[in-house]
Amino acid sequence: MFPIFNRVTIGCNNSVMVGGQTWVSFRKICVMGEMSLMKRLMLLAVGVLALCAIVVADNALLINGAGATFPYPIYSKWFDVYHNKFPNTQFNYQSIGSGGGIKQVTEGTVDFGASDGPMNDDQLKAFQDKHGSGILHFPTVLGAVVPTYNIAGVSSSLNFTSEALAGIFLGKITKWNDPAIAGPNKGVNLPATDIVVVHRSDGSGTSYIWTDYLSKVSDEWKSKAGKGTSVNWPVGLGGKGNEGVTGLVKQTPNAIGYVELIYAIQNNIPYGSVKNSSGEFVKASLAGVTAAAAGSAKDIPDDFRVSITNAPGKTAYPISSFTWLLIPEKISDAGKRDAIKGFLKWMITDGQNDVEALSYAKLPKEVAAKEMKALSKVQ
Amino acid sequence: MTGSRSFLSRLREGDEIARLTTMVFAGTVVLLTAALVWELWVNSVLPRHKFGFNFFVTQTWDPIMDDFGALPFIYGTVVTSAIALFIAIPLGIGAAIFLAELAPARVSDTLQFFIDLLAAVPSVIYGLLGVFIVVPLVREVIFPALNGTLGFLPLFKGPSYGVGFITAGIVMAIMVIPYIISVSREVLLSVPRDQREAALALGSTRWESTWKVVVPFAKTGIMGSIFLALARALGETMAVTMVIGNAPKIAASLFAPGYSIAAVIANEFTEATGDLYLQSLIELGLVLFLLTFILNGLARILILVTTQKGSGVTQ
Repeated sequence: MFPIFNRVTIGCNNSVMVGGQTWVSFRKICVMGEMSLMKRLMLLAVGVLALCAIVVADNALLINGAGATFPYPIYSKWFDVYHNKFPNTQFNYQSIGSGGGIKQVTEGTVDFGASDGPMNDDQLKAFQDKHGSGILHFPTVLGAVVPTYNIAGVSSSLNFTSEALAGIFLGKITKWNDPAIAGPNKGVNLPATDIVVVHRSDGSGTSYIWTDYLSKVSDEWKSKAGKGTSVNWPVGLGGKGNEGVTGLVKQTPNAIGYVELIYAIQNNIPYGSVKNSSGEFVKASLAGVTAAAAGSAKDIPDDFRVSITNAPGKTAYPISSFTWLLIPEKISDAGKRDAIKGFLKWMITDGQNDVEALSYAKLPKEVAAKEMKALSKVQ
Repeated sequence: MTGSRSFLSRLREGDEIARLTTMVFAGTVVLLTAALVWELWVNSVLPRHKFGFNFFVTQTWDPIMDDFGALPFIYGTVVTSAIALFIAIPLGIGAAIFLAELAPARVSDTLQFFIDLLAAVPSVIYGLLGVFIVVPLVREVIFPALNGTLGFLPLFKGPSYGVGFITAGIVMAIMVIPYIISVSREVLLSVPRDQREAALALGSTRWESTWKVVVPFAKTGIMGSIFLALARALGETMAVTMVIGNAPKIAASLFAPGYSIAAVIANEFTEATGDLYLQSLIELGLVLFLLTFILNGLARILILVTTQKGSGVTQ
């Protein structure tokens, strides 16, 4: 009996408890020595039947993933919708952070990973060394990061140039009435108060996008701080999570910080416009983010590892980014391979319809088409 | 053979079983501690080899350049814990003396109920309390007051953003006071009645009997409550990260933003991608363990020294 029970508890998801209960009833059978043979046989039959029922009901293929927290709401929605459509496939996604996602997929403890920043060359090599084959990036949705601020007496939406943002976060622009800020905000009465910079204290994809943008527009930022989920911030206070940054900005007079666009939209947080590479001040919107992706679509490399901050295009919002699913090139389990490919195909097409309801920006058509072709690389 | 028989009979009576079982349980604690240190040690090989002792004395924390130093975090942890104890010890022990010696039993028991409730509040709640009440209070009331009067001291120089060492210290003090009160009150209540009566019979006032006889008698236990508070303060994570400012800098001013070991581990662990980065965070865990160990050891030595001076009897 042991092997059977073991297989039940390991092979099916959610059946651990049920299996355990069956095990208890089996033990009862053993204990009840004085029971008539007939009764024992009947109980055994019932037990076996129950076991079969469990096996039949719970034979959904479980695919495990882990990674980024930023796309977690849309991923859990997608996985739920997809499971309802195809009950034989079930996804289990743990939003443990991009770094954890990359680490776990490299170690092979999950079937796929997810990350807000593309894997770097060292990480790709580590995966290649360990598995003998590569890993693929599939963009799923887009997000953006917006500057938010709290200045006494200023209620209008401010315009920020890249020089102003880089200067503020480098600690070189220290007063709100500095010409770099006041220049594009004619008519706004900016005070001569000290700027309080607020950044994320936890490692996060939001910081990655923000610092990726600052690295692109400022050489000084690139050499002093660089881009990453956590960097050595030249100045400022750290807040944990979007809510921590928002809390500090709201509470501290003359503060500026950055939060995810989704978070700002859902919580009605005012945010400023940013000058894009075409010289236009763009206030972040879902359409502007998709436009940024479309603007750089023709330059997207075949492995989709691309940064779209400061993208070309008149309507493109400059501080936006893809988020990626990390799928191993070789998946030896045929069932899992087909299920993952099936999901990706659905995600690129029908799945995109669910995206905007949750305040994410859709993939542009060009990128979706390109991903469709890349699917064949998964073997 | 008598020995084995007595062992068997003792076994039958359960003494031996109880002794062995409880010994295993007690041994588990030692094993767990050893396993913890071993894990932390093994998983922090890279930074130990790369930075060596410099890890303890450098101030840079740069995940991009893979350059890590623990000093700002050690500083922040020690300073915030010191502020917390500085506030919590007099308040906590004072309250415990009142509850145990001076207050009517009914008042004392009712208050004790609320104090136990306070001790059970999750730390994130204290963090929120800190963000919404203590932070504005520090920025708008405490800082102007201290800066206006003692501003010539580097300790109280500006600017103040509201978050910083002192805010974290105050929030931590609020969190550990219930521990000090609760344990100290129990200890004071367990001081034998004849000690008090003897003091009163010799003509001391009620306060004299409390302060000169009861409190010294309970000194060891009160110290124990302070250790408990210190341990909680050193390891406090959530509430601290919400109010300390999370800037890995060393500043003389108590109003400057800082960082603590527990807070940086909690903040950066999930997204720590590089091996050296991750292992540096683990080494920080080791440092926190060492710090707790050293501070606890120092406190114990302090107790030994003070009790040997002979004022009180240990329990």
